[in-house]
Amino acid sequence: MLDPRVSIIDKRLSNIDRIIVVSSGKGGVGKSLIASTLALLFERKGFKTGLFDLDFTSPTTHVVLGANNLRPIEDRGVVPPEIHGIKYMSLVFYLGEHVSPLRGTDLSNAFLELLAITRWGKLDFLIIDMPPGISDLMLDVLKYIKKANFLVVTSPSKMAFETVRKLIGLLKDLKIPIIGVIENMKIGGSTYIKRQIEALGEKFLGEIHFDIKVEDALGNVDKLLETRFARELDGITLRMQEEKRF
Amino acid sequence: MHEWSLAEAVVSAVSQIAEKEGLKEVRKVQLRLGELQQVDKKILKFALSQMKSGKLGKTKFTIRTIKAEFMCRKCNHKWFLREVDIADEIRESIHFIPEVAYAYFRCPKCGSPDFEILKGRGLWIAEIKGVK
Repeated sequence: MLDPRVSIIDKRLSNIDRIIVVSSGKGGVGKSLIASTLALLFERKGFKTGLFDLDFTSPTTHVVLGANNLRPIEDRGVVPPEIHGIKYMSLVFYLGEHVSPLRGTDLSNAFLELLAITRWGKLDFLIIDMPPGISDLMLDVLKYIKKANFLVVTSPSKMAFETVRKLIGLLKDLKIPIIGVIENMKIGGSTYIKRQIEALGEKFLGEIHFDIKVEDALGNVDKLLETRFARELDGITLRMQEEKRF
Repeated sequence: MHEWSLAEAVVSAVSQIAEKEGLKEVRKVQLRLGELQQVDKKILKFALSQMKSGKLGKTKFTIRTIKAEFMCRKCNHKWFLREVDIADEIRESIHFIPEVAYAYFRCPKCGSPDFEILKGRGLWIAEIKGVK
């Protein structure tokens, strides 16, 4: 028995110039916020941008974007709806308020199904928001998304970094491109994370300070883009562009 | 319609296999269609007939529907899709992503959300017959 979905994935992603996978070994470090804000920043710079929320059991990018009552358009598959100029895909469109308790095989099946039916069209950037950890969906992204470039997020915590170190080790072993590492929710002046990243031979992209105003800006993208968090992320993206990291 | 994207995936997969196996022509393709996704068989057949070309120009597609069956991981109760009352909106969501069933279905016996889809999920290519 052969699964026909696998054969169509490359075609579905063929008109996307760059795929940036925002990931971390640990949850709660700000992946979804960074992925969503990155998509907004790219769109504001004039890039055709997509955002794909792969955190199937706990999706939250819709909270950041204030995306309510959206539904993909059915047209020989599904065309992602646009919000704030971003083509946006999330399992939340089909779940509503319901919880989705999925085991590994089911996560992989939902991933394959969405990749096979979603017609992204022409994009300069597709940003993928990963679930935390190094399990089924990470392995599926590595297997099926050949153009994946990883943007790794950590917090200043040694606990978060312990998992990030392992993620970076895996990506390096598999020769998967790593754009670099962002230290998010920075408090204090420690250079621990920077030194550790550089010791691993990877690019430390910069730090984003803990910004108490972000919480109030969730769901209001104009307000979000005015926060120190968004300005610091924008500074990092500008440097990445200058250095041709994407 | 979702059926068109499924048909596109089937034609793409069969074309790739025909190329790999050195087939000059693909005569028959047997598909297994899971009931859970509630794909419209007529539309799928029509989409396949519209999309096939080249080595698949004369291919006959046969589609057999597989009943969707579930088993509770907690109490081992087994049940079929026809026993579940599904609202239209939920039906449509499952049509696109069958795993969405885990958000809406519960074991009819013990109420657990931890169950397994034993049969009848998705579309599979069961057999390809061609001429070398």
